[in-house]
Amino acid sequence: MYKLVTKEVLSDVSKKFEVEAPLVAKKAQPGQFIILRVDEQGERVPLTIADSDPERGTITIIFQEVGLTTKCLGQKEAGDYIADFVGPLGKPMEFPEEPGRVIAVGGGVGIAPVYPKVKGFHKAGMDVTSIIGARCKDLLILEDEMRAVSKELHVCTDDGSYGHHGFVSDILQKYLDDGEPIAEIIAVGPLPMMRAIVNQTRPYGVKTVVSLNPVMVDGTGMCGACRVTVGEETKFTCVDGPVFDGHQVDFDELVARSRMYLDQEKKALENCRCGGAK
Amino acid sequence: MAHDIKKKHPMEEQNPQERVKNFDEVPFGYDIDTAVAEAERCLDCKKAPCRQGCPVEVNIPAFIMSIKDRKFEESIAAMKADNSLPAICGRVCPQESQCESFCVRAKKGEPVGIGRLERFIADWQLKEGVEDPKLPEPTGKKVAVVGAGPAGLTCAGDLAKLGHDVTMYEAFHTPGGVLVYGIPEFRLPKEIVAKEVDYIQRLGVKLETNMVIGKTITVDELFEEHGFDAVFIGTGAGLPTFLGIPGENLLGVYSANEFLTRTNLMKAYRFPEFDTPIHVGKNVAVVGAGNVAMDSARTALRLGAENVYIVYRRSDKEMPARLEEIHHAEEEGVQFRLLTNPIGINGDDKGWVKGMECMQMRLCEPDESGRCRPEPIEDSNFVLDVDTVVVAVGQTPNPLVPQTTTGLKTGRKGTIDADEFGKTSREGVWAGGDIVTGAATVINAMGAGKMAAKNIDEYLKSK
Ligand SMILES: Cc1cc2nc3c(=O)[nH]c(=O)nc-3n(C[C@H](O)[C@H](O)[C@H](O)COP(=O)(O)OP(=O)(O)OC[C@H]3O[C@@H](n4cnc5c(N)ncnc54)[C@H](O)[C@@H]3O)c2cc1C
Ligand SMILES: Cc1cc2nc3c(=O)[nH]c(=O)nc-3n(C[C@H](O)[C@H](O)[C@H](O)COP(=O)(O)OP(=O)(O)OC[C@H]3O[C@@H](n4cnc5c(N)ncnc54)[C@H](O)[C@@H]3O)c2cc1C
Ligand code: SF4
Ligand code: FES
Repeated sequence: MYKLVTKEVLSDVSKKFEVEAPLVAKKAQPGQFIILRVDEQGERVPLTIADSDPERGTITIIFQEVGLTTKCLGQKEAGDYIADFVGPLGKPMEFPEEPGRVIAVGGGVGIAPVYPKVKGFHKAGMDVTSIIGARCKDLLILEDEMRAVSKELHVCTDDGSYGHHGFVSDILQKYLDDGEPIAEIIAVGPLPMMRAIVNQTRPYGVKTVVSLNPVMVDGTGMCGACRVTVGEETKFTCVDGPVFDGHQVDFDELVARSRMYLDQEKKALENCRCGGAK
Repeated sequence: MAHDIKKKHPMEEQNPQERVKNFDEVPFGYDIDTAVAEAERCLDCKKAPCRQGCPVEVNIPAFIMSIKDRKFEESIAAMKADNSLPAICGRVCPQESQCESFCVRAKKGEPVGIGRLERFIADWQLKEGVEDPKLPEPTGKKVAVVGAGPAGLTCAGDLAKLGHDVTMYEAFHTPGGVLVYGIPEFRLPKEIVAKEVDYIQRLGVKLETNMVIGKTITVDELFEEHGFDAVFIGTGAGLPTFLGIPGENLLGVYSANEFLTRTNLMKAYRFPEFDTPIHVGKNVAVVGAGNVAMDSARTALRLGAENVYIVYRRSDKEMPARLEEIHHAEEEGVQFRLLTNPIGINGDDKGWVKGMECMQMRLCEPDESGRCRPEPIEDSNFVLDVDTVVVAVGQTPNPLVPQTTTGLKTGRKGTIDADEFGKTSREGVWAGGDIVTGAATVINAMGAGKMAAKNIDEYLKSK
């Protein structure tokens, strides 16, 4: 059993927990993730390691309540326990090969997985420009944390309730146009956002990496559920990723595969034991 | 009614029409009188040829004679001297190609039902309640066992019996390996696996689940930071092989590993009581014809599919599955499309499988290996009307541990190189089971675990 040490409600739909998992905390690198199971009947779901504290032996997770498991998890309080917590899984992030400006784009709860990477760049002494966005001000997460590790930070909201009124891609466009060389763009967010960004940067030939979130089961390369087509090859996100060259990813396939259990997920939520659906 | 001495006593089973609707175990096992009567068929051969066929050389006549004399305690003791997981082996070992194929009785009629008797005596003991084991004097030596499948469980149990301090690390949240995530409930009830694991824990073995060795802790760190004196690696052959044909990432295409893991380990057959979903359409093609394919096909029927096909490119003679499993699948209505090779999977506009394109095959003359190579028959293409495809064409070894352990030699196919005692190229590290041999059998994995335990013990004593 794994203890949830602290809880913070970041917005209506996203929550943050620190989980006691000393061995995972000792090993965690930016870019990696964990798989958890809330209880005995639970599903195994992957979440990015948003932060880790080896001294205190804790891992920070930030998640959006989208379905049964994340809703059940959101109902837990500090001091409660969850059944399983395994990691760190996946490959740690790599640093850009070329020197130069790095731009990090985070959308919605995708800011959570972008944050440890920017923090990693920051630690390595690199200057990162970050662009984060959410549907509205209340849904924006990690603004202060991101600001602390970015050289520049831009905030966008779809409804204009805060920061730039519009999409993260609007701000990104300015950087693409101003001609200063960009070593790498890193984009994490909902699939449609990541797809839009890679389509936007493709004509400029700027390397754009994305962190993918397909459905997973084991997270160790055993089941093949997380397969995605990158280039012409089938890759397993859990062991070959989760970070890939966005220009090579077959997003159509990924979008289709992530909707595979839509009907069942709805049913699961209706029957939800934790009352999270209410 | 007198029984024909030439034949095995039949074992009662759930009838096929009923059992395809549930996940309960198919055969019921022998009752005491039938077991004794079957034991009476054994000739107690001096040379006991049956033992040659058993990878762990169970003293077969001894355990059978004790059943005949109704001395069940003695029987189980004779069994457990060589095999610590009899309730599992009695259910899943390919007896017809092992012990039973050497049985003298097989020359005229059917062999003694060794597997059924094994299952009987193991179940008898589980029902009676297993005595608490007598724990030996601790030796003060620490051994880590990586992977809690049959190889790891056997090795851990044997080392604990020798007084070593054993910790078993398992990546999943539940121990058992393929026994819990692969082989379905209707063939091997999970309660039985749990009881066997429980016994090994009562021997003093510590179990740490949710530990991916190579990620959470590396083998190097097990030695350097956690103070282990030896490590056994039994991580199995858990990586799925796909066919490499177009359409394999369509929705509704599963690896057998995923299909079976969702169903068995995550209990998708009890969705939505359990949270993990699974998708099974009306018409399911399972590609391959080993045990994994039979398990997938029979699982698909139980999950509600109307038509389930085994699609296999060779003929029935080459099918690698256990005979019993093929019979069970046939009885349950699985349809066999032999000499049929899939060449592509077609999808609809939403990305779901809507058919599998196949070619008819013929077998030509056997090649040097003695195997008939299947070759396609020209213009024999046809589309099999299916909406779900399960690919069950084999597994390769899990690379996580070899990739992250220094000084560990591996073979061409990613297996760990180990000698007949399980010793690897790295001092203090042993390996056994599917990670060494590639996908094999439960009993072979157990044999390897046992051999390694013996060798590790000698090593620790000499240190
Ligand atoms: C490497 C990785 C890192 C991730 N990091 C984060 C994170 O930091 N914060 C966060 O909020 N979300 C993250 N996700 C997504 C998160 O795993 C899903 O939101 C979660 O599994 C949904 O589960 P649910 O039961 O609440 O919803 P469900 O009702 O089961 O599903 C809702 C949607 O979530 C996705 N999903 C469902 N099951 C899985 C699964 N087993 N694996 C992956 N996706 C699934 C599907 O697109 C589905 O349509 C990550 C996913 C991956 C693969
Ligand atoms: C569906 C199916 C049906 C089968 N039917 C039969 C049958 O009827 N009869 C028969 O004899 N054989 C059968 N087999 C084959 C048999 O199950 C295997 O040969 C046997 O389980 C191998 O044992 P093992 O201990 O080597 O590996 P496994 O059983 O694969 O166990 C390996 C364990 O190691 C864990 N692990 C992997 N990597 C790590 C890591 N990095 N860190 C920690 N833990 C890790 C895994 O989670 C797993 O629990 C079947 C196999 C399958 C898949
Ligand atoms: S060979 Fe057959 S008859 Fe002879 S001892 Fe073995 S099981 Fe009994
Ligand atoms: S989640 Fe099973 S292979 Fe990646």
